[in-house]
Amino acid sequence: MLEVIIISSIKVIVVVIAVLTACAYATLLERKVLGHMQNRLGPTYAGPYALLQPIADGLKLIFKEDLVLNNIEKTTFTLAPIIAFVPALLSFAVVPFAADFEMFGYPVTGVISDLNIGILWVFAVTSLGIYGIVLAGWSSSSKYSLFGGLRSAAQMVSYEVAYGLSIIGVILIANTLSMRELVDQQANIWDWYIFKQPFGFLLFITCAVAETNRAPFDLPEAESELVAGYHTDYSSMKFSTFFIAEYANMLTVAAVATTIFFGGWQGPILPPIIWFCIKVFIFMFCYIWLRATFPRFRYDQLMNFGWKVLFPLALLNTMITAAFVMLKG
Amino acid sequence: MKEIIKAVINVFIEMPRGMLVTLKHLFKKPVTLDYPKKKKPMAPRYRGRHYLERYDDGTERCVCCGLCAAACPADAIYMEPEESDNGERKAKIYEINLLRCIFCGFCEEACPEEAVFLGQEYEFSSSTRDSFIWKKDDMLVPHPRKDNPFKKIIRRVRKVYGVME
Repeated sequence: MLEVIIISSIKVIVVVIAVLTACAYATLLERKVLGHMQNRLGPTYAGPYALLQPIADGLKLIFKEDLVLNNIEKTTFTLAPIIAFVPALLSFAVVPFAADFEMFGYPVTGVISDLNIGILWVFAVTSLGIYGIVLAGWSSSSKYSLFGGLRSAAQMVSYEVAYGLSIIGVILIANTLSMRELVDQQANIWDWYIFKQPFGFLLFITCAVAETNRAPFDLPEAESELVAGYHTDYSSMKFSTFFIAEYANMLTVAAVATTIFFGGWQGPILPPIIWFCIKVFIFMFCYIWLRATFPRFRYDQLMNFGWKVLFPLALLNTMITAAFVMLKG
Repeated sequence: MKEIIKAVINVFIEMPRGMLVTLKHLFKKPVTLDYPKKKKPMAPRYRGRHYLERYDDGTERCVCCGLCAAACPADAIYMEPEESDNGERKAKIYEINLLRCIFCGFCEEACPEEAVFLGQEYEFSSSTRDSFIWKKDDMLVPHPRKDNPFKKIIRRVRKVYGVME
């Protein structure tokens, strides 16, 4: 019993540290890649290839003044960044990051907790993050923040529907909700669900970008209209918590997409954990690539797209997949 | 139906094409110059900071005639004459206020002695106002020159303004 607790704690600590570090370096990756895509250099000064930039940024943000404005709701204002941040980390509990291995003679599973409703857990928990954003917008008592929060709420509720429906095809074929079993089913590259559900994958990735409030769906923080959206009034570590939350959410989606559609840690030659990291990295790169390429949606376009295009398409995909699965027996 | 076809074309052809453009730019050489470390070579006719030229034996060319001050549209030049040891006229005070100067180059055009001319340097930033008023010593070319970077500029001045050799 004791060793189970110890091993689990070690896994939790390692995963949390890894995710936070990955978040920090995702910011650097974004600035570098975005810079080069716009024929700029990006950060160059802190260390070789600016590798110390995230540390410098973090230190700077810690030492910034923590502004507390007059008309804010203090409790929710302080709570909001944490509410936004925690769900992103929580969903990593069910992401299988490696094959089962042995540590000090004890068998260790490559996932913190192998829930039999893993996918459901991820979707339930990531949706909670929206409370953080809405509360932040509401408690800031600033118009820009409020608009940012409201937009985010509307956007996430709308896209949640298509987001959930887009992976039902996979669940129908896989006949399981456990992330670990999903990975086990994709041992062969031709069994990857992207080849069985390419349309579902497209829908998933579109909704995922919208869910994480990233460009071209980054209306909640549209700089050109809303200053910075829901975190306009935030400063110092509260702001950086929002920032980390955004990147943690991206990482979550990347990890989940890897697990569901790209065979998780499965891969030849290299150890599983490396394969997992490579796949997640490619996803993160695609996020930045999308941001560099596409302009932001207008609000009504966003809603039209969500309800009139993605939602019916996701339903159609689900229906067709269900019919196939039934015919096959 | 037409709209659906258009949408499909957009998603599967136009959007990947757009993505390809950004991907191509990722591998292009950035146009950014790593400025304080590397500097761009200035254009040959660029007008930067002022220099006061000397003759080859080291005496100052400037005779403090005041033509540059008269030509200056920004009224940035102030000077006072004095008599040198061998009885020739020279400048006791020659000041250029770089905060007023608009770097038009009229002073080098007006100068009959080819004494003042504008060089290539452009980094003047300072934290005190006084340091922007340049004295004669700040602008005089050092006498025993190791190399002669100014000859080129002088030649340029002559060519541009048609001054006789």
